[in-house]
Amino acid sequence: MFTLNEPVPPRTRAALCGLPPRAGLGLKTGHFREVLGTRPDIGFFEVHAENYMVDGGPFHHFLGLIREQYPLSLHGVGLSIGAEGPLDLQHLQRLQTLIERYQPQAFSEHLAWSSHGPVFLNDLLPLAYDTPTLDRVCAHIDQVQNTLKRPMLLENPATYLGFERSTIDEPAFITEVIRRSGCGLLLDVNNVYVSCINHQRDPLTYLEALPLHAVGEIHLAGFAEDADSLGDRLLIDDHGAPVDDAVWALYRQALERVGPVATLIERDNHLPAFNVLLAEAQQAEALLRHARSQP
Amino acid sequence: MSTQADFSTALLDTRLPCPAGLYSANGADPASRFSVYRNNVQGSLINALADSYPVVQQLVGEEFFRGMASIFIQQQPPHSPLMSRYGDGLADFIDAFEPAAEVPYLADVARLERLRTRAYHAADAATVSAQQISAALADPQTLAELNITLHPSLHLLNSAYAVVSIWAAHQQDTTLAGIDIHQGQHALVLRNGLEVEVFALDHGASVFIRHLLHHRPLLQAAQDSPPFNLPQTLALLIGHHAITDLNNKVSP
Repeated sequence: MFTLNEPVPPRTRAALCGLPPRAGLGLKTGHFREVLGTRPDIGFFEVHAENYMVDGGPFHHFLGLIREQYPLSLHGVGLSIGAEGPLDLQHLQRLQTLIERYQPQAFSEHLAWSSHGPVFLNDLLPLAYDTPTLDRVCAHIDQVQNTLKRPMLLENPATYLGFERSTIDEPAFITEVIRRSGCGLLLDVNNVYVSCINHQRDPLTYLEALPLHAVGEIHLAGFAEDADSLGDRLLIDDHGAPVDDAVWALYRQALERVGPVATLIERDNHLPAFNVLLAEAQQAEALLRHARSQP
Repeated sequence: MSTQADFSTALLDTRLPCPAGLYSANGADPASRFSVYRNNVQGSLINALADSYPVVQQLVGEEFFRGMASIFIQQQPPHSPLMSRYGDGLADFIDAFEPAAEVPYLADVARLERLRTRAYHAADAATVSAQQISAALADPQTLAELNITLHPSLHLLNSAYAVVSIWAAHQQDTTLAGIDIHQGQHALVLRNGLEVEVFALDHGASVFIRHLLHHRPLLQAAQDSPPFNLPQTLALLIGHHAITDLNNKVSP
């Protein structure tokens, strides 16, 4: 067993995430010059931390210029918070360096694992939800927050299968992690939808079981569709398509419960022109504007 | 073995069955769900290699490249979450990969592409102005002990093949027609501002620059190199902003 701290008092949204309650976009290297040339009216940009863990060159050049003009969300994909082994201290150090350099308004990572021993698998892999995993994830988040000296946001996962070992359901697991560690929730609405379809759950019931008071940021993305051995719908979180209508509907329901909160349109594959992404961000912005006008 | 050890091993070795202890809520075969993870891991790593080695892929075709990459991944999975570094060992792997033997220059093209990636992400460094360099070269006293420091992005590659010409031909959809592939070349890779550039040097110039990389004083480096055009080589380094420091102290 790990020695755990007392549960951290819940933080306000502003303490968890300094991003404005507006729509943002993932910053793609192919769009650097267009962003600087056209200065689109957008709430923030988000980058994958690992892509910027390089010594110098164009990535830092352009991110530095864009950071001068926009709020930034730093989104990690390689920390492997759910790993059975210890966190990679060198990687944590690299994150710290990046955070000091760019002063992002938010830092987020995933409820998943991606490394085992020395091997990095480059995917967000699922966890068995039981007490040992809970203790381990909380200890790792404590370590991250203590090292980075700031709270992090933890993203709910998209998963394709379950573990017989699991004794806690996913929303309850996430609720307990957030209660104990004091981190915030990066509510990925697409992941909620994908997981619920894949595991035959009701998306709204699942959403309402999450610790919505701790939401610091929302992600929206598109999925791919496959079928399993029974021919049932198997949704894959591939960030390769526009946001699905069902996910937009769930997003509206989330906003009614959470209020206006920084919302990212995530697109990593089959990248369209920047204008297409901007139009999708504007669609989210309209819903956020509506949410802001509500009492 | 732990759950994650089983899972991880079966993700990389596609001949292994789906790990035990998994289930699907609808009762579907967990293997049909596990394969999503396996496809993600395999696909994302192959794509990472394809992004880093575009000319290698063009030379052997996509199908061959993806097949070769999947064997490489099984033998040398990433040991870091930094994908820009993944595939450092691909060139050496290709050297020993029998099915690629009929493209003898493939490994050197991979080496050149790796150097381009390293140059792209190498540390930034302020460069010395052409005027400062001219002044140092014009003063015999200074010149005698002059050391020059080269940009961190600068790398050399000696190949028994026309590696620069082969690589360049694949930047504009041209063919290898007219290239004597067995004409060995000495490649120079550097980042000039934001752009990575690739040049073919003659043997002497390449030896000279290698001496400079090993912190040999300029005159000694020139004297210890096979005949080459010193002014032209210096002009190349100056013109492409490859000189980051001048000093006339004895190097360590």
